Amino acid sequence: MIVFDQIEKSYQVGGKAIPALHPTSFAIETGEVFGIVGHSGAGKSTLVRLINLLERPTGGSIKIDGEDVTHYNASQLRAFRRNVGMIFQHFNLLSSKTVNDNIAFPMKLAGIYSKTEIQQRVAELLELVSLSEHATKFPSQLSGGQKQRVGIARALACRPTILLCDEATSALDPQTTQSVLKLLADINRELGLTIVLITHEMDVVRRVCDRVAVMDAGRVVEMGPVSDVFLHPQHPTTRDFVFESENIDSLELQQDFKKAKGRILRLTFKGESTYDPLLGSVARKSGVDFSIISGRIDHIKDTPYGQLTLALVGGDLAVAMAALEAADVHVEVMN
Amino acid sequence: MEALMQDLLSNVDWVEIGIASWDTLIMVAMSLLFSVVIGLPVGVLLFLFGKRQLLEQPLAYAVLSFVVNVLRSVPFIILLIVMIPFTVMMIGTSLGVAGAIPPLVAGGAPFFARLVETSLREVDRGIIEATQAMGANVRQIVLGALLPEALPGIIAGVTVTAITLVSYAAMSGVIGGGGLGDLAIRFGYQRFQTDVMVITVALLVIFVQLLQMLGDRLVIHFSRK
Repeated sequence: MIVFDQIEKSYQVGGKAIPALHPTSFAIETGEVFGIVGHSGAGKSTLVRLINLLERPTGGSIKIDGEDVTHYNASQLRAFRRNVGMIFQHFNLLSSKTVNDNIAFPMKLAGIYSKTEIQQRVAELLELVSLSEHATKFPSQLSGGQKQRVGIARALACRPTILLCDEATSALDPQTTQSVLKLLADINRELGLTIVLITHEMDVVRRVCDRVAVMDAGRVVEMGPVSDVFLHPQHPTTRDFVFESENIDSLELQQDFKKAKGRILRLTFKGESTYDPLLGSVARKSGVDFSIISGRIDHIKDTPYGQLTLALVGGDLAVAMAALEAADVHVEVMN
Repeated sequence: MEALMQDLLSNVDWVEIGIASWDTLIMVAMSLLFSVVIGLPVGVLLFLFGKRQLLEQPLAYAVLSFVVNVLRSVPFIILLIVMIPFTVMMIGTSLGVAGAIPPLVAGGAPFFARLVETSLREVDRGIIEATQAMGANVRQIVLGALLPEALPGIIAGVTVTAITLVSYAAMSGVIGGGGLGDLAIRFGYQRFQTDVMVITVALLVIFVQLLQMLGDRLVIHFSRK
């Protein structure tokens, strides 16, 4: 478990302290995939670098499995960092080393592994990230997705218990992003690794994260299970992110609301009820007519969900709402 | 044709030219070796002590940088003369091939150190960060990541330094340094033997060309980008 206790970071710029992260407290559970989402400059990059102390906090403490890591001396810190893998937006592979040597590099630095151990582990990792046939290539001969796979293999070399992902898919095309995210999810499931992932794309959070923290101007403004934050965003920044990921133009939506007749409801389904033929039966029962203004049916990690915005006219509205709520559908009245 | 050539190059003593070429080669090779041996660690320290770098040390950086700048700003011809007492102290003479090497190193090492510093700065900071995140110490970061990544740039720096040393070595002829420059000054300039001058200059040009070609080859060989 990673526990942030009143952790803060400010930078000295021309004698003045500019805060990058205001005092923040929360915990990341062991084995979860925790997303940190925010615009650039929101402080998410600072927050993730505090975990392996690439950035020193200016206040507060970080406890990892009960141990305060902020007071480690240089050699304790180096040993601790071997327990925390990290992957980067621009991969940061050594261009002068082959795929093999890049993956072996952290093990060689550790100085506690024999040659055969390193060879075995590298072969194992190449298998895991499906790059065995590229072992002797140089990074410049690989595609972006392959480079990130090397980055992941390298990060896992010393068997860490925490993996930090700094915008790991932001430089990749959508298809490659999907395969890298799937790999991360598999690693999380199979190795029980805690993954802390920062991104500016809500879609990445939706696909792999269990919980998410939304950051804005150096503060965590909203935090919770992805389905809650995603389906019922509270903070304006969160709403922007969710709308952005769904390609919803909120102004346009307001226009649509004005044009629609009747009561506008937003229905949120979660889990198996997403597939139930509910709307037809509710319409028959209550006599209302409905038109769909916007909608989306998709998955949050492995859970299916649906979100529909409807305009209801005629019939008995109260009966319709009661029937929807009885079917475990979350109903919001939009006008 | 042969007679014509002999007539045109009447003053050229080929044995003398051969010895002078060999001397120049030795001067450049030895001074390059010492310039690299001294300049490489100095360049690494300049980089590490620099602003926002791994061992940020403003005072140490200022001192080191000042010494390098002083040695680089003194015109080499002056450095040759200034160095004479130190050279005598170090190796007993300021003349000949051996006497030319200390001033050549004094000119070449700081020059190379700056080139090393520059090529290290060109290494992506992300690579340093990634290596740090793996739990590397400063020595491991320098030897395991920075120098291998900067190798093509450093080799290009060695090439430029070698070529600079060729021209410096020629200049050392002024204080009796030996080599092709010495020949050019004593015969070509002081005795108006234009043919000797032409031959020595031609040889220097060929020498520089060969060095540049070799350097470029090596840079390509070690570039993985």
